[in-house]
Formats: sequence, C-alpha cells, structure tokens
Amino acid sequence: MGSAGLARLHGLFAAYKPPGLKWMHLRDTVELQLLKGLNAGRRPSPEQRVRFLLSPTEGSEEKALTLVATSVPTLTNHPLVRGPAFTSLKVGVGHRLDAQASGVLVLGVGHGRSLLTDMYDAHLTKDYTVRGLLGKATDDFCEDGRLVEKTTYDHVTREKLDRILAVIQGSHQKALVMYSNVDLKTQEAYEMAMRGLIRPMNKSPMLITGIRCLHFAPPEFLLEVQCMHETQKQLRKLVHEIGLELKTTAVCSQVRRTRDGFFTLDDALLRTQWDLHSIQDAIRAAAPRVAAELEKNLSPGLDTQQLPSAGRPWDSQGPSSALGLEGCTGH
Amino acid sequence: MALSAQQIPRWFNSVKLGIFINAAQLTKCFPRPGKTLLHGFSVQSQMSSNNYFLQWGFKTYRTSSLWNTSQSTNLSRQENNSTQSTLLPSVNERLQKTQKISNFDSELSLEELDDLPPLSPLQPISEEEAVQIIAGPPLPPVSFTLRDYVDHSETLRKLVLLDPPMKTATGIKNFFQPEDSYWVAYLQSKNFSKTDIAQMVRNAPFLLSFSVERLDNRLGFFQKELELSVKKTRELVVRLPRLLTGSLEPVKENMKVYRLELGFKRNEIQHMITRIPKMLTANKRKLTETFDYVHNVMSIPHHIIVKFPQVFNTRLFKIKERHLFLTYLGRAQYDPAKPNYISLDKLVSVPDEIFCEDIAKASVQDFEKFLKTL
Repeated sequence: MGSAGLARLHGLFAAYKPPGLKWMHLRDTVELQLLKGLNAGRRPSPEQRVRFLLSPTEGSEEKALTLVATSVPTLTNHPLVRGPAFTSLKVGVGHRLDAQASGVLVLGVGHGRSLLTDMYDAHLTKDYTVRGLLGKATDDFCEDGRLVEKTTYDHVTREKLDRILAVIQGSHQKALVMYSNVDLKTQEAYEMAMRGLIRPMNKSPMLITGIRCLHFAPPEFLLEVQCMHETQKQLRKLVHEIGLELKTTAVCSQVRRTRDGFFTLDDALLRTQWDLHSIQDAIRAAAPRVAAELEKNLSPGLDTQQLPSAGRPWDSQGPSSALGLEGCTGH
Repeated sequence: MALSAQQIPRWFNSVKLGIFINAAQLTKCFPRPGKTLLHGFSVQSQMSSNNYFLQWGFKTYRTSSLWNTSQSTNLSRQENNSTQSTLLPSVNERLQKTQKISNFDSELSLEELDDLPPLSPLQPISEEEAVQIIAGPPLPPVSFTLRDYVDHSETLRKLVLLDPPMKTATGIKNFFQPEDSYWVAYLQSKNFSKTDIAQMVRNAPFLLSFSVERLDNRLGFFQKELELSVKKTRELVVRLPRLLTGSLEPVKENMKVYRLELGFKRNEIQHMITRIPKMLTANKRKLTETFDYVHNVMSIPHHIIVKFPQVFNTRLFKIKERHLFLTYLGRAQYDPAKPNYISLDKLVSVPDEIFCEDIAKASVQDFEKFLKTL
C-alpha cells in the first residue's frame, strides 16, 4: 500500500484555498492528510522468526540434545514498535496566495515539485475575480483595514468604470510588448502572436492582459482580471487606484484566483477532498494536461516539433527552457 | 595497538603480575580475577581484535601498577571483594570499578575464589548446557528504536501488547498488582464503577501515578470551583479524565473567560460544562473567536447558545461556511419562534451530505460550488 501509494503521488494538483488560511498552513494540512492516508494502509501480517528450540517431544534423554527449527511470532514489525512508515513528505507550493485571498493554489508532491519550477518559467497568466467596494479607503486597501477616508460615489456609472478599465488594459498592453523583448515587426513575433504567446519570459512588474467588469451595483463592483507577475496586494492596490480614477475611493473586499495557468476552479480540491485518494486521482487526471501544456508553453519558438516528447514530464524541463532563453535573447 | 605495544614493556618492568578481566568475562558481568591471572602482555595481545577492550585493558594495566606502588594489599583485596559480589550494570561503571582492582598475589586471590561457582571458559560443560547456549549477535548498547530489543525482553513485549488487558478494570488490577489496587479502591469508594475506572485510565494513563491525596484534592477542586453536585462531578471526570491529570490553570482561566469575557451566568456555565466537558480545556482564543462569530455575526443570543454548547466544540470554518451558504440561500433563520428554524446543534453536528439535504435543501454539488466562490 505505502510505496505504491507514494509512487502515484508524484505530480501536480490544485487545491482551493479558503480565505483566512495561510498557504503554509494549507500545505502542512495536505502533507498531514497524505501521511495519514499512506500510513493507514493495511498492516503487514505479523512476522515469524525462526529460532532453534529444544524439541518438546520424545524421551527425556534425547530431547535435550536435539534442536528443532521453530518459527515464533516476532514483534519487530508491530506498528507500536516500528512506528509510522512515513513521517514526512515533500510538498511544494506554486504561485502563492496571501492569507485573505482565496482560490486555486497549485501544489506539487515529490518529483512534481520540479514541475512547479517549470510552471514558474512558463510565465502563464492567471485569472482573478476582485470584488471592490466604493466610498471607503483603508490603509491596507482591504475591507477590514483602518479606515482612512469616506467619500460619496453617486456619480460613478458603469460607463465611467468601463472607460477606466479600458485605459488600464491599454497601458498594460503596451508594457507587455515592451517587457516581452520581441520586435513586433518580425515574422517570428507574428507567429508567436498567432499562437497567443507574446509575454515576458523573465521578471517584470505586474502586467494585466485583460480586465473587465462582471457586475456593477454601487457600492459594489466585481472585476475579472487576467494578469501575470502579480501579488494579491497589487491587485488590491489596483482597486484602490480605480477608485481614485473614478474621483471617489474604493476598497477591495475579496481577491479570488479562478485560474492558475492551466489549473482552473473545477480542478481545485476543497478542504473535504484533501485526502490521499482524491489527491491521487487529481494528480493522475492532471498529469497528461500538465505535460502537454508545459511543453507547449516552454518553447515559444517554432521548434516545438523538434523537442523530445515528454515521456516523464519532469525530464522535459532542461532542453525546453534552454530553447526558451534562446528565443528571448535572439533579439 | 602500536602505541600500546611500545609502552607495555616499560610498564612491564615495574609490575610483575597484572590482573585483567578479559572480554568474555565482561559479558558475563562477573569479574573472576583468579582464573585469568595472566601476564599483562599476553592478555593485551589476545584482546587485540577489539579496540575498545584494548584501551580498557591498557588503562587497567596502568592503574594497577600505580596501585601496586602506593596501596597496601589488604585494602585492595577488600575492594576487589565488593566488585565481585555485585553485578556491574553498565560499561562505564565497569570501567570505574575495574580501575579500583589492584593487582595482588595469585595464591591469595585463588584462596578467595574457591567459594565462587566454577564458570571458567576452559571448564568442560555438559552437552545439555552446550545445546542451550545461543550465540547470537550482542544487543546494541544504544538504539533509537525498540526493534532491537523487543524480541529479547519479556517486559517490552508485554508493554507493546498492553492494549487488550487494559480494556477492563480487572485487567488493570491484574496488571498493576498489588501496589496500585488501593488507587482503584479509592475511586470505587467514590462510587466510580469498574467500567468507568477502566475508561478513565485508558484515556488518561497518568492517573496511575497520582497519589490518593492529590486525586482527592483535584476532585474537590472541580466540585468546589464549578459548584457541581457529587454525581455531576463524577460524570464530568469520567467523561474527561484529562481534567484530573492536566494543569488546573487553563481550567480556571476558561471559567473566567466564560463569565467575564463572554458574559455567561454561573448556572449557564454549569449547564454547558456538564454537556460538553471539553469546553474547560479548549483554547481560549478559539473560544472567543467562535463566540464572536456566533454571537455578533450570526446574532444568536446567549440563552440559545447555552442550549447548544456544541458550537464551542466545532471548528470555526465549518460554522462560517455553513452559515454563509444558508445566508446565500436565504435560509439562515436561527430564531426558534419563527418558521424554518434551524437549530445550532444541527448546523454544526451533522455531516455535509445531511446538512445539504435536510437543512439547506440543496445538492452537495451546489454547496461545493458555493464554497469555491468564497
């Protein structure tokens, strides 16, 4: 049970982090549950040990001089003697979420942890839904922070908000091209754009690739943000800045990640599903998709076909990331 | 070895005879100097295989020579007697004691050794004895698991397999005979039944190390502090024997929290504690957090919380999730006077499936979808 169960655990899966829980705590909980599942496997049958004992039968004279091999039960494999078979497990966390934020959090177990690095190197976009509240300003842009000022928001309309969102998206689009180090007038850039791959392949400030308003009912509004290289704090600050642009103030009441790269909300496991079997199933279900997506996204050039096919997904990292660097530095 | 080989002749000049205890005797824990009265050098070379014993032997050699020059023979013989009579418990002590053994003349020691049972390695033994000698590898002196020892020690084996006999009070009595039986007798005098005692010991084994006075003190404390009747105190202790063994400070602190911080009355606290004894040892911070949410967010008054003390025994996130789901559905109605009343007990104690079906009147999938929007 144990080692076989462990072998099926190498890979990536997504969990749904509830608000108010630290990612570190979530990671520890998942590790604990996995260990519990692995150790709960069926106990090995009590072992026998061969000992040479005096034979109990026959006449009194000969019996003392003959040793007979008998198997006696031994306690060396008793769970109280041996202790748990698994005491620690390597679990890595992908793109972080701070304590107030909620949403999809990618976790890697065992060899799957190196896939987390690949996911980071792929610089994929993430989706967020951000809920804002007009008419208030706090010091940390959260709803429950210290109140700094109160304003009126009667003049804010859906059109005004949409206009400002469009401006934000436009300015970020420009920055996106600048940071992606691609000359837009080349054939290569055209082909990359055809495949939707123009994006910075190294560090950059937060870049928003798409933002729109889902729901507007003052004082509340709900935004959908598609972005990369963000932190949740920066998203809250974005809400604050939108409020200032609208000539009022706004605080952020919820930040929720609905997609992290190729993990969507449907893949995320809820708290009740953080057990060995659900996680094993999730890892198995995600494995082919992870391999395919990583291969596609780590090779921004044309040479996807020449790459060795990823038999074991964590082996494909080396050549593809090297090629990725060449693609970036070529210009 | 080279070092000792160089130094030995130097010592050898000053000492004629040395007494050494060789490795075989060490394992028997019975020093027998008379039989192995040998010249130091030959013993040294015999023991060359084991480095530890070599060093030890060398040390003895040196000390014995010192003793030879400074101490009288009589005194040393007395000391030797004492070491022979006692079993040497550990290697360290062996070292200490063997340093005290001085060398003395062979005929003197042989006289003394006559009354000891002959157990020399050179002694012929019968076939019957020979067949019983088990030459297994020695037990490791230090180990971080029980694995190495459990098959060689009957006590350890009993301790590992202790669980089943502890299930009954008679089992306890049998295991902890006879000095602990007064303890069981004391509890029985306080009208604790045998099954109760068995349960208490199983849940809080530290009870067994408590003296009767201490036990009496603690029972008195709970009776006085919580102002409970004798019967209720007994029930309380049987349900949570941890109260008796644990520290009393958190209990006192929790009582203050309930009375001053959360504003419950004395009889209300008594009522809740007899229902859920765990409330006395719960974490203070978690208690206040839960109460804050239930009272201020869900706006449930004190007198209803008193009826359902289970809320203090539940994780806060569970209450939160379910309350938010019910609010989302428009079903969060905790007033018993109105229709569609949802009791706190049902809210916190039933599993997710029943909660969705009976209380929220929704499917589990909907509940999960809702949880992913939080």
